[in-house]
Amino acid sequence: MSTKPKIPTIWDIPREELFAPGHRMCQGCGAAILMRHITKALGKDAIIVEATGCVEVTTTVYPQTAWKHPWLHIAFENAAAGASGVEAAIKALKRKGVIPKDKKVKVVAIGGDGGTFDIGLQALSGMLERGHNVLYIVYDNEAYMNTGIQRSGATPYKAWTTTTPVGKVWRGEWRPKKDIMGIVLAHRVPYAATVNPAYITDLYMKVRKAVEIEGPTFIHAFSPCTPGWRIDPALTVTVARLAVQTGVWINYEVENGEFRVTTPVSRRKPVRDYLKLQGRFRHLTEEEIAEIQRMVDEEVERINRLVGKTVIGPVVK
Amino acid sequence: MTAQLPGWKSLPPGAVITRPGSTVEYKTHDWRTLRPVIDQERCIRCRLCWLYCPEGTIIELDKPYTTKAGRKYTRTYEINYDYCKGCGICAQECPAKAIKMIEEVR
Amino acid sequence: MAGKKKLPLSGNTAIAYAAKAADVDVISAYPITPQTTIVEKLAEFVANGELNAEVIHVESEHSALSAAVGASAAGARVFTASSSQGIALMYEIMFIASSMRLPIVMAMATRALSAPINIWNDHGDFMAASDTGWVMMMAHTNQEAHDDVILAYKIAEHPDVLLPVITAIDGYFMSHTIEPVEPIEREEALKFIPKKVTWRVLDPDNPVTMGPLGTPEWYYEFKRQQHEAMKKAREVFDEATKEFEKTFGRNYEPVEYFMMDDAEYALVAMGSVAGNVKAYIVREARKRGIKLGLIRVKLFRPFPAEEIAEVISNLKAVGVIDRALAFGSSYGGPLYGDTLSAAYIRGIDTPIVNFVAGLGGRPVTFHDIKTMVDATLALDGKTRKDVPKEPYFIGVRE
Ligand SMILES: Cc1ncc(C[n+]2csc(CCOP(=O)(O)OP(=O)(O)O)c2C)c(N)n1
Ligand code: SF4
Ligand code: SF4
Ligand code: SF4
Ligand SMILES: [Mg+2]
Repeated sequence: MSTKPKIPTIWDIPREELFAPGHRMCQGCGAAILMRHITKALGKDAIIVEATGCVEVTTTVYPQTAWKHPWLHIAFENAAAGASGVEAAIKALKRKGVIPKDKKVKVVAIGGDGGTFDIGLQALSGMLERGHNVLYIVYDNEAYMNTGIQRSGATPYKAWTTTTPVGKVWRGEWRPKKDIMGIVLAHRVPYAATVNPAYITDLYMKVRKAVEIEGPTFIHAFSPCTPGWRIDPALTVTVARLAVQTGVWINYEVENGEFRVTTPVSRRKPVRDYLKLQGRFRHLTEEEIAEIQRMVDEEVERINRLVGKTVIGPVVK
Repeated sequence: MTAQLPGWKSLPPGAVITRPGSTVEYKTHDWRTLRPVIDQERCIRCRLCWLYCPEGTIIELDKPYTTKAGRKYTRTYEINYDYCKGCGICAQECPAKAIKMIEEVR
Repeated sequence: MAGKKKLPLSGNTAIAYAAKAADVDVISAYPITPQTTIVEKLAEFVANGELNAEVIHVESEHSALSAAVGASAAGARVFTASSSQGIALMYEIMFIASSMRLPIVMAMATRALSAPINIWNDHGDFMAASDTGWVMMMAHTNQEAHDDVILAYKIAEHPDVLLPVITAIDGYFMSHTIEPVEPIEREEALKFIPKKVTWRVLDPDNPVTMGPLGTPEWYYEFKRQQHEAMKKAREVFDEATKEFEKTFGRNYEPVEYFMMDDAEYALVAMGSVAGNVKAYIVREARKRGIKLGLIRVKLFRPFPAEEIAEVISNLKAVGVIDRALAFGSSYGGPLYGDTLSAAYIRGIDTPIVNFVAGLGGRPVTFHDIKTMVDATLALDGKTRKDVPKEPYFIGVRE
């Protein structure tokens, strides 16, 4: 049974900022919007363990930090392992009476797509399988941005990156995006969800839920990147919204095995609307766009089958 | 550049930063080429610019405002220009078209 | 404290008993031969309610140390253990643990590094860790292995040190060999190493940021601090061993001298091979009137350069036994490299020669030791200029 808390409205988002300005994230960075609202939703009783990547380097340039939470960075591939350690320590110290038993602390790991889908996948699997009471959040900007836009397992089909350049032979990335949610759900976690920075109240509700649920929980966050996707910084939220409106991204949650789409889309926009705003897809031909449209249609169909009714509608031009 | 900074003897071990939120000391206004300006007359207090600003530099104030047409608001949205990087998301997302991006002159 | 009960314990079990006595809060380790029985024993203690700790069944050594860093950063007393490939897999995080100044203790049952894969003993893994910023000790008896864990927490958690510590034993030769050990009880251990968090920890009521980006304006200062912390570790080692002797009646020095009072020649060694050398000295050398002694290095990082140079300065010739190879280096074996520079930097002219022996579990026989002693004696009357520029490879087939 899924718990159905009151759906928050925009006015439920706390005014207090727990993520300070002065960080060095790019103009219009989607991950910056995510971090602001993730920290708000977490509230102050959380410990954050961060993987190496854009968010980490841009927010903790010594001697200053943008974080108001206790925050730990160890390396690139081990946010889940580090978080496991923090959580185990709290558990042991509570049992031994060093930390008051009723002290509320949630451990939260945050990593990029590279640190999660690729190099950190093993540590993530270990953390999920062992059942640590940790919320893992991946902000997915679909490439290794911190090192200059190299492809990752999360890079979408046909996207240009610096290691999948468009040339006489190559046409950008040639593999579809890895199904990280499928991998996570195979661990039978009590809660996993996708979020998108254009839909903040949805994000807020899901982070709150994931914090409250005991055990390993997972959130996959869509994270537009202005230089990496070659988008106008003003269009970060627009592009994020279009991802949902075209069905490229679907906001859903899986609570104890129960699947629910949280942002139904009755009339889909064509993927072209999403692709055309991004320089990383500039090279696409009509045939290639049609191919991507087919791939999205298939995924939408799969989701509708899973739900048992049409929650994501057909493309309407 | 480095001579005025503290030496190893006085720094806390392990590079631990003990001042939460201290990036506020680092102003990012000079990243900006365009400056967002809110027209308080047009603003309908919907909170969206505040919501989407990546810098969290749009401030929500309990400051009453009455428009020339007599519409009363209890809140006002103002931009803290110390950190605004001029991305333009606020202007793009404003449903009332109350934010204009104007050229930054320094 | 004499007359206390002794138990027949393997090196690994002796270490597990010590971690139990230290009342560790979190154990994070991954199985690897010959370390495995340490964590098996600890798991048994926890399973039986004899130790109140969280055991993290990590999926790799990389995660073992990463979780240890996380747990230590959260204020727990943390213990881990590994060997060989496990150490190699931890390598990245070893630097991070020491740079973040977290007082983690790791037991190491030394083992050869692949390839070819080999589960037997040498010091390849230990030496690979030698520049990772950890304090490093190597024991020679199971009692010492046990005591080292207690000493390790004393040093690691000292506010002037705050460095992780490795306590090593030789795989199989010690890890799986039973000796009588007088275990330290929890109560007396905790009097010696009280549970007190002396480092900055992650706490929502007092939030800190750990592991930031260090730009060129800042990075170097933190490395300089680590150098200083290592120097402090030596001072604290001396204080701790003194207090340890007062409390438990057993004395440890950074360097153990065996029959060195009247020695004219010495072998320098670490770990279990020191036992063979001791036996050779007593049963062979001294009987033949050769004034041979042993310098056993217990504390490897920080290296006790001062005392080693001092003792070498009075000798006619010295041989250093290395159970690892620093390929392509100007010296050969890593222990030789440290010994040479300790002596020659201080202008000591004693000839010092290098022997590489016992790689991948190859036994170091009496005959091998005789070969080494003979080669050392052959340098009598010579100076450092006459020392062979290549190590002797002892016990290898041509
Ligand atoms: C072991 C290791 N390999 C490689 C790197 C270099 N590196 C640092 S961040 C990064 C990419 C991060 O990508 P992602 O996780 O997607 O985060 P993003 O920067 O895109 O936010 C890489 C390759 C590293 N720090 N450590
Ligand atoms: S590169 Fe992309 S993800 Fe990284 S800070 Fe810039 S916009 Fe954000
Ligand atoms: S331009 Fe960008 S940074 Fe500046 S206030 Fe608007 S949204 Fe915030
Ligand atoms: S988005 Fe526009 S209308 Fe809404 S609060 Fe901001 S300025 Fe006012
Ligand atoms: Mg990325």
